[in-house]
Amino acid sequence: MSESAPAGAPAPPPAPPPAALGPARRTGAVRLLLRHPLGLASGAVLAAVVLAVLLAPVLSPAEPGVSSLRDAFGGPAAGHPLGFDSAGRDIVARLLHGGRNTLGGAVIALVVALALGVPSGLLAGYYGGWFDSAASWAVNLVMALPAMVVLLASRAILGPTVWVLMVVLGFLVAPAFFRLVRGIVASVRNELYVDAAKVSGLRDRRIVARHVLIVVRAPIIIQVALVSGIAIGLQAGLEFLGIGSGDTPTWGAMLNEAFKNIQRAPLLMLWPGLALGLTSGALVLLAAALRDVLEDRGAAPAARRRRTGPTTITAPRSAGACAGLLSVRDLAVSYALPGGGEREVVHGVDLDVRAGEIVGLVGESGSGKTQTAFSILGILPEGGRVCRGSVTVEGEEIVGMPERRHRELRGNVVAYVPQEPMSNLDPAFTIGSQLVEPMRCKLRISKAEATRRALELLRLVEIADPRRTFASYPHEISGGMAQRVLIAGAMSCDPRLLIADEPTTALDVRVQAEVLGLLRRLQRERDLGVLLVTHNLGVVADLCDRVAVMKQGRIVETGTAEQVLHAPQDPYTRKLLGAVLDHVPARRPWQPSNAEVS
Amino acid sequence: MSASAPGSATVDALLRVEDLRVSFPGKGWRAPRVEVLKGVSLDVRPGETLGLVGESGSGKTTIGRAILGLVPVRSGAITFAGERIDRVPARRRRELSRDIQVIFQDPYTSLNPSLTVGDTLSEPLLAQGYGAREARERVGGLLDRVELPADAAHRLPREFSGGQRQRVAIARALAIGPRLIVCDEPVSALDLTTQKTVLDLLVEIQERTGVAYLFVSHDLSVVRFMSHRVAVIHRGEIVETGEAAEVTAEPRHPYTRGLLLSAPVADVAAQRARREAFEREYGAAAT
Amino acid sequence: MLSFIARRTAAGAVLLFVISFLSYTLLSIPDIDVGRQLLGQGASQDLVDARNAALGLDRPTAVQYLDWLTHSLRGDFGTSWFSGEDVTRAIVNRLPVTVSLMIGVTLVTAVLAFLLGVWAGVRRGAVDRFVQVFAVVGYALPGFLVTLVIVLVFAVHLRWFPAIGYVGLTESFTGWLSTVTLPIASLAVGSVAGVAQQVRGSVIDVMRQDYVRTLRARGLPPWRIVFRHVVRNASAPALAVLGMQFVGMLGGAVLVEQIFGLPGIGSMTVNYTTRGDIPVIMALVVFSVTGVIVINLVVDILIGWLNPKARIT
Repeated sequence: MSESAPAGAPAPPPAPPPAALGPARRTGAVRLLLRHPLGLASGAVLAAVVLAVLLAPVLSPAEPGVSSLRDAFGGPAAGHPLGFDSAGRDIVARLLHGGRNTLGGAVIALVVALALGVPSGLLAGYYGGWFDSAASWAVNLVMALPAMVVLLASRAILGPTVWVLMVVLGFLVAPAFFRLVRGIVASVRNELYVDAAKVSGLRDRRIVARHVLIVVRAPIIIQVALVSGIAIGLQAGLEFLGIGSGDTPTWGAMLNEAFKNIQRAPLLMLWPGLALGLTSGALVLLAAALRDVLEDRGAAPAARRRRTGPTTITAPRSAGACAGLLSVRDLAVSYALPGGGEREVVHGVDLDVRAGEIVGLVGESGSGKTQTAFSILGILPEGGRVCRGSVTVEGEEIVGMPERRHRELRGNVVAYVPQEPMSNLDPAFTIGSQLVEPMRCKLRISKAEATRRALELLRLVEIADPRRTFASYPHEISGGMAQRVLIAGAMSCDPRLLIADEPTTALDVRVQAEVLGLLRRLQRERDLGVLLVTHNLGVVADLCDRVAVMKQGRIVETGTAEQVLHAPQDPYTRKLLGAVLDHVPARRPWQPSNAEVS
Repeated sequence: MSASAPGSATVDALLRVEDLRVSFPGKGWRAPRVEVLKGVSLDVRPGETLGLVGESGSGKTTIGRAILGLVPVRSGAITFAGERIDRVPARRRRELSRDIQVIFQDPYTSLNPSLTVGDTLSEPLLAQGYGAREARERVGGLLDRVELPADAAHRLPREFSGGQRQRVAIARALAIGPRLIVCDEPVSALDLTTQKTVLDLLVEIQERTGVAYLFVSHDLSVVRFMSHRVAVIHRGEIVETGEAAEVTAEPRHPYTRGLLLSAPVADVAAQRARREAFEREYGAAAT
Repeated sequence: MLSFIARRTAAGAVLLFVISFLSYTLLSIPDIDVGRQLLGQGASQDLVDARNAALGLDRPTAVQYLDWLTHSLRGDFGTSWFSGEDVTRAIVNRLPVTVSLMIGVTLVTAVLAFLLGVWAGVRRGAVDRFVQVFAVVGYALPGFLVTLVIVLVFAVHLRWFPAIGYVGLTESFTGWLSTVTLPIASLAVGSVAGVAQQVRGSVIDVMRQDYVRTLRARGLPPWRIVFRHVVRNASAPALAVLGMQFVGMLGGAVLVEQIFGLPGIGSMTVNYTTRGDIPVIMALVVFSVTGVIVINLVVDILIGWLNPKARIT
């Protein structure tokens, strides 16, 4: 039942939504995994281990149980490449056969965990209700159980059969799957496309099969790899404690024997340790690779590598002739692309704001208006940088300025009012401390003085009960109130220039009208220069002296608000104004004649 | 099907909502239920658009979801073509999807990102028992109807812009030829120019097929453009209903007047007048 | 807040009761002839029966459980079937070893994991890759294998620390330190890896939040934003993981105490549990489940303190 107001803000770097795998893409995922170096390596190791273990009877040079005391602790010999253990049994044979038991046990545990965890998680997540409550309670119970104690006690109850213990282990790790699946399904259930499927008349079964399973599949595969690693480790741990059934060779039991002889032949630990470490390591690495391939596709890893901030800047072209408060000349912004290289999103913008003037920067999503605003503030997101041009504030060049100096300007000279009021306040701190902190930091005033000023600011932005708001946390106040708080924060260090990025877009119209009134009043009283980024031409008409219209990273038209709104020159501006519905006549009343049923 | 209630003025209403109440469990332990709809009544006639205007949290989306059977109804009645549909069994609810469809606000989350557009569009057809081949053929026609290229069927939603996705959502709603579409803020996530073309498409479809719309929006000018009649909802109650021209130009209820006066117009002089009127009526912004 | 703690404590008590009941019932299934095991094959059936009766084993399971419940509520967990030890006293004697181990691991984990995670999340680049490799490796290797390697290197090969044995904290601090360093290090590898990974992830998430950008736009220095705002917001999910690690650590402690020969709860578990010594097993279950419940409660309270939105009044 959330009803958010229009979102006109552009998301700067094109980030496709995290897509789960469609059926058509399945082969693509395997191929991608093979191209992933980590995925290929870990996959190859696992395949080799599984193959060797499956072929144990063929590959093994001797029977795993045959011992000859004469060969005890013997080194490598003909036909026995790794030598003999403390009882004179062939190490290769024991490794191969032990792997069968170790891996087989893990498979049993995994199958049990999947069979228990996935269906129950699906049901609990999709339907919620009493089953969800009951299952979640049971899962909490299982998760409170100390696994080791349960497994050891199970041995006392069920006897020393490893296979049976692995069923218990599966039961103990099933919550991992339950919680994973339940969480994802519960969030998918609230997706609009699931609602749309319901409205399309699909049965629940079909919705789960078509829309839900696809989403949980990738995380389950990743979790399988992780849990097998854990299961193998736990199982080997149990066997190491000597719980396995007597003389059955397992990696854990081999480690146990080796540990008993740690002083005499420390090398005996090497082979079973290596086998165990390699296998569980490969599984976890495979999980990591799978996560990269299945989940992070489309994320931009290259953008992360680059430190933000301008690196190569061409000399500002026209540094002079900047009488105004803000002067932007030929500004270009680019983003690093995942595959290397860059993409320019703002191509040479010129813009001026004089003191006491409100300039509107208008455009549709993706036009680069927010990127322009962020460049002026020096807060472009990761991967973005100013690659050309000049920005001067009160005559001082910002592009290429050391970060420390630029930081001094932010807040004191240039301030920022963001779009989404709620997400721009730190949820962990009170409104008051978020107002006080920058003032103490920037103005170097005492806490008492900063508190006094903060209360004054809250009064200034027309908040009815400043003291109460001061002590509130962000989630305790309304969106309109939060936007006033953000404006108060922007005003706190007496800036000369305000950059407001769609400051009223997230608000209801009545609140919007009040906030616009507040901005107008502040601007007049303090002789502020304001750069107002917006997509709403009505807001422009209400507030702006001058307007710049942006399209695809370029300014297509500049002029006074009257000029641009009433006598637009550029075809794009005309198209924008043509789409405004303010003066469109209302639809004619309904006529029964045009009612035609199906 | 039983006959509609006697004595009602507009006997030919396609959808009638009477005294609808919806509430949700409160947050926290033993919290009281939160009433979202406090007795809402409205009706939509065949081929008509009823605009439903309100601010966030007013309950306007919940009305649509209750009609679609996506939220449980506490009390009151929802009647569609003479049949009570507020508490119908799941099977009947699935059959109703032939007649009642939806277009959601967010074209990004209303399409499954991992299904191709063709799969998404054939979903309602398959659910209503069409064969796979027949469904595929109809998908081509649907794409054509919403002015998308035919090869769109093989592509994933992420390859489309917001406006194009919303066209896909419209095509999905049209797939089985419904008599009523609940449009839940269908254009509020779109850019100005895209918004206009999508609205034009919706009007054109209505004029051609005679489908009725319940058009939910926060934007008075969009609602005026789309609607024959307009209902204004405030805190779970309808405060005003009437012909679109009247409600959006000369509203009677003070709340609607406030809405109208606070929406800025893209005309410097007109906006100045409107702002002054707003400040006169609702108090200048303090000081 | 108090009512929250009261409610959670009540829920924990219910959980404990259910677990104890299930455990007792399940443990009673195999019907071990304790008297016979104690007295050997040669003893007469009368003697064996008398012994079983003395232990109360001739009664129905439900009665035995009720008897156990009423005694354990008074803190009396009975005597071990096989060693005749007083269970409560045995556990109380061994508890300090395990608890000091746990506290040590938790502290090491909290400090190291936060440092590594914040460092990796903020700086990214090479530091990040190093932390991620460490996290994957630390998480990947079975805990006891790591322990064995540590023993092999630091105790057997380098001989920096004793491989086995324990000196009480009250006897000699340095002695205690030298005997618990390797066990703590062994247990910490896995938990540091897991928690650091989580810290890193949530730091990166928080760094992308709108309010961090706004704080930057207010002109605050980066270190201040990181240490005041980012760390605090990133801590809640990391604490949740730390809480989960604790449950895993109980299992790890069993192996580690066994390997290092520490006289704690863990080694006791191995020695008694496999024989089906119900009084001891029940006491161990009660103590460890209580530990888990308390830790979870503490974690939830801390998360509420860090995140006002999740705060329960």
